Amino acid sequence: MSAEQGPLILVVDDYEDAREMYAEYLRFCGFRVAEARTGNEALEQAFALSPDLILMDLSLPGMDGWEATRQLKANARTRHIPVVALTGHALAGASEGARKAGCDSFVTKPCLPDDLVVEVRRMLEQTKEV
Amino acid sequence: MATVQPARSLSRAKVSPSAEAARLELLEYYLLHHEDLARCAHASLEWLARHAGVKRSMCLVVDGDGGVLMGMAGYGVPSEEVELFAWPLSDARDPIVAALSASSPVLFRAGRGNGHAGRPTPVTPLGAGPFTAVPLRGVRDTGQGALGLLLLRSGSGVSSEISWLAIVLGQKLDQLRGRGSIAGEVRKLRRERSLLFTIINAVTDPILLTDTEGRLIVANARAERLFASSEEESEGRRRAVELNNMLFSAALSRTAVERPAEARELLLVDPSEGSDLLFEVLSSTVEDPREGTGVVSVLRNITDLRRATEQIEENYQRLRVLEAAARTERDRLNLIIDSVADPIIVTDPMGETILMNAPAEELFTVPPDAPESAERNVQANDAHFSSFISGLLLGETGPGAVRRGEIGLASPSTSEPIPVEAIAGKVLTETGELTAVVTILHDRREALERARLYEQLKLASEELQARVQAATAELATQNELLRRQAIELEQASRLKSQFLANMSHEFRTPLNAILGYTHMLLQGVAGDLLPAVKRQLQRIDSNARHLLTIINEILDITRIEAGKMPIQLSEFNVNEIVPEVMAELEAVIARSKLTITPKLAPGAPLVRSDRQKVKQIVVNLLSNALKFTHQGGIEIAVQFDPEAQTVSIAVTDTGIGIAPEHHERIFEDFRQVDDSPSRQYGGTGLGLAISRRLATALGGRITLRSSLGQGSTFTLTIPPEAPR
Repeated sequence: MSAEQGPLILVVDDYEDAREMYAEYLRFCGFRVAEARTGNEALEQAFALSPDLILMDLSLPGMDGWEATRQLKANARTRHIPVVALTGHALAGASEGARKAGCDSFVTKPCLPDDLVVEVRRMLEQTKEV
Repeated sequence: MATVQPARSLSRAKVSPSAEAARLELLEYYLLHHEDLARCAHASLEWLARHAGVKRSMCLVVDGDGGVLMGMAGYGVPSEEVELFAWPLSDARDPIVAALSASSPVLFRAGRGNGHAGRPTPVTPLGAGPFTAVPLRGVRDTGQGALGLLLLRSGSGVSSEISWLAIVLGQKLDQLRGRGSIAGEVRKLRRERSLLFTIINAVTDPILLTDTEGRLIVANARAERLFASSEEESEGRRRAVELNNMLFSAALSRTAVERPAEARELLLVDPSEGSDLLFEVLSSTVEDPREGTGVVSVLRNITDLRRATEQIEENYQRLRVLEAAARTERDRLNLIIDSVADPIIVTDPMGETILMNAPAEELFTVPPDAPESAERNVQANDAHFSSFISGLLLGETGPGAVRRGEIGLASPSTSEPIPVEAIAGKVLTETGELTAVVTILHDRREALERARLYEQLKLASEELQARVQAATAELATQNELLRRQAIELEQASRLKSQFLANMSHEFRTPLNAILGYTHMLLQGVAGDLLPAVKRQLQRIDSNARHLLTIINEILDITRIEAGKMPIQLSEFNVNEIVPEVMAELEAVIARSKLTITPKLAPGAPLVRSDRQKVKQIVVNLLSNALKFTHQGGIEIAVQFDPEAQTVSIAVTDTGIGIAPEHHERIFEDFRQVDDSPSRQYGGTGLGLAISRRLATALGGRITLRSSLGQGSTFTLTIPPEAPR
């Protein structure tokens, strides 16, 4: 699987170790990967690159993941991009909040890179079907 | 006036066989009653009846002053007709007047055409039919005509006996006329008699004169109404009269025999009304020289009197009843008054005491063998009391006037001051006249004492109240403090939960990286690994996962305590849980080499609960069993209790078991039976604590049956429906 041909995944996470870990593993698995550290960066990258899927950590400095997702889903150019929320908050209501904001899927950290890839592929398949 | 029977003759008993003797007898009678012309005339007519056979006759006398020929005596004719007889002398041609001048007896025939001038036969009491008029002349014939006439109901001539009698009677008339006017005498007598009858008739009580046989001789108008009737009157009335006569005769005969002078009661019938009349009969026997013995009865109508008497009797009885009632009432009143503990004094309008009860007497009378001061005290009491009621007697008026006041009295015996409250009220008659003043004295000592005590009580109460207020204020302060502490605690608790939530997040982030990179290394992302490196990486992975479990469990506890553990209810079959749990722990089971025996209950109904939480609990129980069992087997049994409608899952192992003293402890947070740092078994010690909390949240419970070395049975029991 060539890197040029794989779907483009935008990984948004302010925690560098986690972001790079997922990015490295996604590339290892054949995806193209773009990275963003904040909500604003995420929006810029999304508009600029129009990725196939966005992995969105919800706890971000400045504009958080929920707000970024809302803006993405409010914009016609980015509305179609599936957003997989990532969060370390396992408290009740976290997933509900994410779905309300427009996230298409929800993954709780810790999430093994392998499991994440399974979820990403599932979402891409789902999007393709639609 | 009716003559029922002719009066009995006195001379009837003696009969002389010879005419001479008879004539002598008459003359003897004349001598005996020489003053009484009427008697003589009467005796003469009787004599004629007996000796000359003349059964009906009259003796008439000339009344020169009145100018009439008046009846003097009669035989066989009603006496009243004789008395009323007055023939005018004015008409000289009248046959009877003419007969006075005739020298011999004149015969009047029945019917018309006899005597002079063809006049009809004069009507006399002798009745219809022929009669003879014999003139009565004196010795000295003055030629002025006869002094009287003898009318005989006989047309058969004049016998020698008649002639003889006419001579002697004429002489007797002449004799008496010489001493005055015969007619005048008679008139006087008549007047008296008439007056007498008028008087008798005027008497409203019936008066009767009867003979000893009870036959009526004379009766006044009132008596006649009761005892006489004529043929024309009604049958009822006649019967009543008859009955009255019988009753009267019976009463009279008894009276006469028994107690002549005594009054008797006699019940008669009112002939006109038919009602009963009650009379009191007073009878007395009278002796009349001419009429013989008679009985005079005076009847007094006592019907009304009796009725009045009965009424009086009745009234008297009623009065006695009332009097008795009044006496009872008065006695009761006295009792009441005496039973009142307060002195009561009743005074008259002049201020004099009429009545006082025993408590009052103690104040206003000097007790016997009392000290000298007692009298002074009583006088002082009297003076105080008098001045109190004088205000009421003199000043205020009106029916509702009540005077209140306080009087300072003193006990006569002990001189102890007795302040009293006096209440005096007027007792007025219906006309508003003052009859009495009632005064009630109320001893104020008790009230004053009570007031004093009340004052003390009030002080004490106020003090108490102040203390209570102080205590309340203190309590309020404490409460406020507690409330604040509670808030602070709550805040602290919330902060703790928040802190733990944050902590778990903060733990996860690096843990995520550790697990992730370890995983990537093990996946060979960085190239193939030496076996030793791979083994060491697996150790890192295993410990990181354990750390994650601990963090997750801490998070669970935090959620449950914060009440933020979401419960998602659904209907499911508990039997389904068992294979799922076994599948989840498949790796551990495989490593343990223990036999796991599931025992399902196919008949168990569906329950409505949180499937995920039930599964979590059973996973926990099974993993504990696996952890603490080294040999033998584990049984997972589903049971349904139809009676309690509960479903249970029991996990029974053949492990090390738990001593009874540790049964509760193991459910506490972070506890194992051995929680020393060097303990043999791993784990957070939060599993059972979380399980028990979850079971409680689902309305169920976890129970333990175990003993050391005997294995354990943990049973989760849940209701058919979890509370919301």
